Amino acid sequence: MYIEIDNVSKMYNQHSGNSVKALDGAKLNIEKGEFICLLGPSGCGKTTLLNLIAGFEKPSAGRITINGEEVKKPSIKNVTIFQNYGLLPWRTVQGNVELGLELLGLERKRVKEIAMEYIELVGLSDFRKHHPYQLSGGMQQRVAIARALAVDPDVIFMDEPFGALDAMTRMKMQDEISNISEQKKKTILFVTHDIDESVFLADRIVIMTPYPGRIKSIINVPLARKRDRTHADFLAIRDKVFMELEMKEKDKLEYYL
Amino acid sequence: MSRIRKFTNTVVGILILVAVWEGVALSGRYEQSLLPSPVKVFEDMKELLLDGTLFTHIQVSLFRFLLGYVAAVVAGVVFGLTFGWFNRLWEIIDPVVQVLRPISPIAWFPFIVLWFGIGDLPAIVIIFIAAFYPVLLSTVSSVGKVDQTYLKVARNFGLKQFQVFTKIIFPAAFPYIANGLHIALGSAWIFLVAGEMVGAQSGLGYLIVDARNNLRTDLVLAGIIFIGILGLLLDKAIRVLEKWIGRNWGIVPNERGA
Repeated sequence: MYIEIDNVSKMYNQHSGNSVKALDGAKLNIEKGEFICLLGPSGCGKTTLLNLIAGFEKPSAGRITINGEEVKKPSIKNVTIFQNYGLLPWRTVQGNVELGLELLGLERKRVKEIAMEYIELVGLSDFRKHHPYQLSGGMQQRVAIARALAVDPDVIFMDEPFGALDAMTRMKMQDEISNISEQKKKTILFVTHDIDESVFLADRIVIMTPYPGRIKSIINVPLARKRDRTHADFLAIRDKVFMELEMKEKDKLEYYL
Repeated sequence: MSRIRKFTNTVVGILILVAVWEGVALSGRYEQSLLPSPVKVFEDMKELLLDGTLFTHIQVSLFRFLLGYVAAVVAGVVFGLTFGWFNRLWEIIDPVVQVLRPISPIAWFPFIVLWFGIGDLPAIVIIFIAAFYPVLLSTVSSVGKVDQTYLKVARNFGLKQFQVFTKIIFPAAFPYIANGLHIALGSAWIFLVAGEMVGAQSGLGYLIVDARNNLRTDLVLAGIIFIGILGLLLDKAIRVLEKWIGRNWGIVPNERGA
């Protein structure tokens, strides 16, 4: 297994002195190149789990390994994309994409070349001299995606990356990230609370429940890419997810003619 | 507000002030030496401008000002970034700073003379003290305001501690620091004159003291007006700098006043 999450728990100490269990005994194995969605309501520990795998925090118990190595701190091989994009406002689009590359000890010319390539990939070539505040939310998130891809990471973590976008832009971004994942064959962990989003993107959906945060079940999504959001198979899986999240009454039988 | 209207307002305001001043002076209730008439003061200003003494004084004053101010900015930013980052250290230093900060730099003057002698240095030291605290405090608090996401990004891309300072914290904090630079500029300009009044043989502050010693209150007022005008120009200059920072730092322009 590529990423192994072995019985991982995370406690947070509160100011009152009590500790809260944000994540309880999470077990999950992820294969290289898989697109995994962590889905669940607020408080289910999905962001905590992501932060632990990305190395921003340390587990209170259990062990996480990526490619056989225990995760102890963040690494440029595993890049995170944040909901609020995490772009540096004083740098232009190009400057932001170059950030990670500057640290790889490449020639200046090569840095620029790679940055251009990925800015092109996300369709922002005309905006490379713009500052983030001059761009729409969707465009900003594309810059963040370009910046992440530019350093050629093995794993990409995305923490509700499209959460701040309007519904239309969000679907367009879902299409794009789906294409990119197919093209670039990266392992992607994607946190969301949007059921449709998870069914559209994931190879497997990890369903989580809150208080304490737990992995409840894992649903396979055996649909081919370029998924049709209105197709019966898509809806069937969507239905299953609703059921798992107990957002649908099980015994209610409905008949259609 | 349109530029023309702003300009008109400025002119009208100044005209009213001068008119009232001239009116009171003309009324003859006060002696010339207690309230010199604007006409006399403007003549003095013209004379100071034409015979070049003004520029010698301005040159000396600006030299001291820039030296003291720039030194304070460099020290304030470097210490500020360090203290802001190492919180534990700041917790110890903060109370000391809070005690020292409200003390007028002029109060240190006896020691400044003992330690730094006379000449340019005392005035420079006073400007330094006046500018240092605003820069230090705004820098320390600006580090705390740096978006945690930027630091996460930095950790993610594996920036070294020094790179975190130069590539993330300093640029992220810079707009807030610039605010401190603005405040420091004003307070340093105020204390430049004070410093030159007590320990210098040249400069705009000295110009005033010298005029007073010669019982030339008209010249005192002329000096005061030049100090005001120069202070205003410096303020305008730093506003231009702030706007430039705003543009290049990707901050959405939201002008407060200006």
